Amino acid sequence: MAELAQTCLYSLHNELGAKLVPFAGYAMPVQYPMGVMKEHLHTRAAAGLFDVSHMGQVILRPRRDMAALEAGLEALMPVAVQGLAVGRQRYGLFTNDKGGILDDLMFAARGDHILMVVNAARKAHDIAHLQAHLSDVALVQPVTDRALLALQGPRAEAVLAGLVPDVRAMRFMDVITVDTLYGPLWIARAGYTGEDGFEISVPEARAEDFARALLAAPDVAPIGLGARDSLRLEAGLCLYGHDIDEMISPVMAGLSWAIPKSRRTGGAREGGFPGAAHILAELNDGPAARRVGLRPEGRAPMREGTVIWDSDTGGRDLGGVTSGGFGPTVGAPIAMGYVPDFAATPGTRLWGELRGKRLPVTVCELPFHPTTYKR
Amino acid sequence: MKYTEEHEWLRVEGDVVVVGITEHAAEQLGDVVFVELPEIEAVVAKGDEVCVIESVKAASDILAPVDGEIVGINEALVDTPGLVNEDPQGDAWFFKMKLDDLSVLDEFMTEDEYKDFLG
Repeated sequence: MAELAQTCLYSLHNELGAKLVPFAGYAMPVQYPMGVMKEHLHTRAAAGLFDVSHMGQVILRPRRDMAALEAGLEALMPVAVQGLAVGRQRYGLFTNDKGGILDDLMFAARGDHILMVVNAARKAHDIAHLQAHLSDVALVQPVTDRALLALQGPRAEAVLAGLVPDVRAMRFMDVITVDTLYGPLWIARAGYTGEDGFEISVPEARAEDFARALLAAPDVAPIGLGARDSLRLEAGLCLYGHDIDEMISPVMAGLSWAIPKSRRTGGAREGGFPGAAHILAELNDGPAARRVGLRPEGRAPMREGTVIWDSDTGGRDLGGVTSGGFGPTVGAPIAMGYVPDFAATPGTRLWGELRGKRLPVTVCELPFHPTTYKR
Repeated sequence: MKYTEEHEWLRVEGDVVVVGITEHAAEQLGDVVFVELPEIEAVVAKGDEVCVIESVKAASDILAPVDGEIVGINEALVDTPGLVNEDPQGDAWFFKMKLDDLSVLDEFMTEDEYKDFLG
């Protein structure tokens, strides 16, 4: 893996017995000796520590004022940037002219700047995109000297509060900066597992000590990308490049909740983002296809690429699975995929084709496992 | 016990061969969540995909190691796929095959040779 980048926790991962795999150009732990299943269940029962330092942290500093920066960002995303209170973050999406999704991300209002966290595989794209469109109003500053850790699960608050008492007062999507033994930590109460938890940006020089301090708590186990994927799938969360991409609009993806009234038809800041005509029409008329949950009736997992049919024989190819596998907490195979609007009603029975056999699946609501965010 | 390069073990019981996957294979697969077994009496050729194993990570196949007829399957794996991780070289056998000529097994590795093969 010589050509792969390493996070600053690379040697700690090796020490912990991680199996490392290439992911978005980095050598990342896919699992530790505990194994994907137990890591998943441990995160839901106690707390899991994830190294997500491969993700992109990007600071946007206003060249003139925050208002111009916020307006500039609103011209790239169908969400509300203006009005986001300092100390809060939101989910955002970059769209293209056809209404497809270029990336999904979190952005936080941190007083004199905005902090974005973007997908690892889209980091270079997003930075170029921001520089191309916002250079008049913002300095785009990739953060290259900080690790990013996620601590997720019902014990996350108690464990993190042992090091940083301030986190007890945080609610879902709050962001704070706290000076600690580990340097200034940028903490968000959010995550990608459906559990309550935190994402913590820590200076690289102190990241390993900080990770070790968290791992010293009996409730905390290190968790790899394997369980990260099954946790987010159970939580019904999209993975860029799989469940969402440049051909999928936010409305198709079931992400319309991220588009506030102010950006919709008749809103105070209607449209004005790439693909607005397409997305606003879909919001009004409904999309042709929708992302749905799929529950295979048998035990066989239906993975990405499984074709979904409307009949057990012949019939029409309706779409396909975009993420699928086994849900350790659900205790059964689960999947997400796209089907036409007429087949997207929960309870609809469809068929997934596995190894030449059509096996029944039922369309269901997402998430598969209820989220436990501290709102 | 004999071993294949596909990480299967083969154990002769009278005139049938019991087939499973090695500890190494089970460890590489990770937690097994689904097993699909062949039909009893199926006549299979060497290299045919006879079983499907799905772990939390990925799907993989077990190939028939030799020509023969399936004469037994381990139904316990269907309800308890996790057995494959708990006891891969014992209770978690997959199927039994009847062979015309057991001497075809000579081509496979001994335990020591398999250990060398794993490095």
